[in-house]
Amino acid sequence: MVDLRVNLAGTELDNPVIPASGTFGYGYEFAQLYDINCLGTFSFKGTTREPRFGNPTPRIAECPAGMLNAVGLQNPGVDKVLSEELPKLKACFHKPVMANVSGFSVEEYAYTCAQLDKAEQVGWLEVNISCPNVHNGGMSFGVCAEAAAEVTKAVKAVTTKPVFMKLSPNVTDIAGIAKACQDAGADGISLINTLLGMRIDLKSRRPLLANGTGGFSGSAILPVALRMVYQVYEAVDIPVIGMGGVSSAEDVVEMMLAGATAVEVGAANLVDPFACKEIIDQLPQVMVKYGITNLKEIIGGAHHG
Amino acid sequence: MKQVLYTVTGNRELAPGVWEMSLAGDTSPITAPGQFINIKLDGFFLRRPISVCDWDSRGLTIIYKVVGKGTAVMSAMQPGQELDVLSGLGNGFDVAKCGQRTVVIGGGAGVPPMYGLAKRLLAAGKAPSAVLGFNTESEIFYEDQFRKLGIETVVTTVDGSYGQKGFVTDALPESYDYFCACGPLPMLKAVYNASSTSGLLSFEERMGCGFGACMGCSCKTKYGNKRICKDGPVLEKEEIIW
Repeated sequence: MVDLRVNLAGTELDNPVIPASGTFGYGYEFAQLYDINCLGTFSFKGTTREPRFGNPTPRIAECPAGMLNAVGLQNPGVDKVLSEELPKLKACFHKPVMANVSGFSVEEYAYTCAQLDKAEQVGWLEVNISCPNVHNGGMSFGVCAEAAAEVTKAVKAVTTKPVFMKLSPNVTDIAGIAKACQDAGADGISLINTLLGMRIDLKSRRPLLANGTGGFSGSAILPVALRMVYQVYEAVDIPVIGMGGVSSAEDVVEMMLAGATAVEVGAANLVDPFACKEIIDQLPQVMVKYGITNLKEIIGGAHHG
Repeated sequence: MKQVLYTVTGNRELAPGVWEMSLAGDTSPITAPGQFINIKLDGFFLRRPISVCDWDSRGLTIIYKVVGKGTAVMSAMQPGQELDVLSGLGNGFDVAKCGQRTVVIGGGAGVPPMYGLAKRLLAAGKAPSAVLGFNTESEIFYEDQFRKLGIETVVTTVDGSYGQKGFVTDALPESYDYFCACGPLPMLKAVYNASSTSGLLSFEERMGCGFGACMGCSCKTKYGNKRICKDGPVLEKEEIIW
C-alpha cells in the first residue's frame, strides 16, 4: 500500500492534488462530472471585495502547449461567495476548501480575508498577489518584496487560518519575495501564477486578447515552475504549494521532488475536466514505479545529496 | 456534458473551406439543437468547439469552416479515426419557446445548427421557415437539405450571385411569430434590430474550457453575467446588451 497523504500547514490532505484557482470555479460544474471529494482540496475562483466582470473579450488565446487568459478576476464578490457559492459547495464537497483572494489595496485584501475567515468551510487562504490581468493591483504586490510583506502582515492580522501567499513568476528574485512573505508571517507559499504573455493576430495585426497581454499557463510552463519551486524551497522553511503546467501524476511527483508539499493543477482541468481525478487515480502506480511508498517523504527530494 | 469517443464516419467538403463531418457514438448528452461539442486534437492545447448540425441516436454531424490550423487538421481526418470529445455542451435552442411560425435565420457558418433546429421544430408540430444568408453563390451549402424538410427556404447572397440579393434581414418573412438566429455578430445585431417578435440568438466567443469553468467567454446581459459556453451560446433577445 502506498500513502498519498500530505500535511498542509496543519491539515492532512488525502492526497496532494488541488485544482488551481480560476480553473475549477466554485466546484459544482465538476461535481456534476465526478465526486470531487477525491481531491486533496481545491482552490476556488479568485474572490475580491466587490463583484467583478473582468476584462473585455476575447480573453482566451491558444499557444503551443498552453494558453493565455486575461479573464481579470471575474467573481461575484465576497458577500455572494459567502451567501451563495459556499452553501452550494457544501452540498458536494465535504472537506476544507482553499479560499483564493485577490485585491487592489492592502485594505481590500485584509477585508476580504477577514470575511472569508468566518467561513467554517475555508481551511486555508491563498492570497493572490500575482494576477497579471488586472491593472493597479494584483501583480504589483507580488513583484516587490516590501509590498508582498505588507499584504501578508495585513492578512495575517485578520485571520487564524493558514495563509499561503501566491507569487508571480514575473520577477527577478522569486526566493527573495518568498522569504519576505515568510518573514511577514506567511504560513506557506503558492507558486507559480501565470507568466505574462501575448499573441498577435496576423490578419488584424493587433493583439489577440482585448486586454493586450494575458497570463500564460499549460504544459509549456512546467520547467519554469519547477525551477522556481526548487529555488523557493531552498529559501524558506514554510510549506510550498507547487503549480504550473502540471498535467500528470508524474508531474506531481516531479513538483514534489522540487519541494512542493502539495500540487495544484490548473489549465489541464480546462482541457480535460477529469484531469485531477485521473491524476489521483494514477498516482499510486506511478509511486510504485518509482519506488515511493510514502509521498510525504519525497518532498524536496531533489535537494538532497 | 459527457466525454465521448466518437468515430469519424464521413468528412466531405460542402463548399470551398466548409466541411461536413459525420461522427458515430453516444449522442445521449445532446439534448437541444444549438448545443456544441468540444473536440480534442493531437498537437493542440485547447479543444475546438463546433456546433452540432444534426443528430440521431447513433451519431451526429458537424459542419465547420477551415479557419486555422486546427480546423485544417480536422479536414484531413479519415473515416475510422477516433475523436476525444466533450459532448452536449451549452444551452441550445428551446423548441418549446418557439412559436408555431418560427423563422430560423442562419448566416454562413451559423447555418448548421439551424438545420437541426428546423427538424426539431417540425417534429414538435410547428411550421418553421428558413432564411439562409451567404456572401456569394460559391459559399452556399445545405440549401437542398433545408428544402427537403419541406419548409419555405429563402437564400440570400450579399453580392446577389444567387437567390435574393442582400442580407438575411432583407428576406425575413412577412409574418412570423418567433425567430431563432445564428451567424456573425453584425448579422445577429441586424436581426435583433429588424425583428418584430421575441427570439433566440446564438453567440460565438473564444472559449477556454467550453463547460463553464474558466470564465473565458463571459458576457454581460440584462439578467446578469453569463458564460457563452454554459449559459449560452443561445440567449434570449430580451436579455441581450450590445
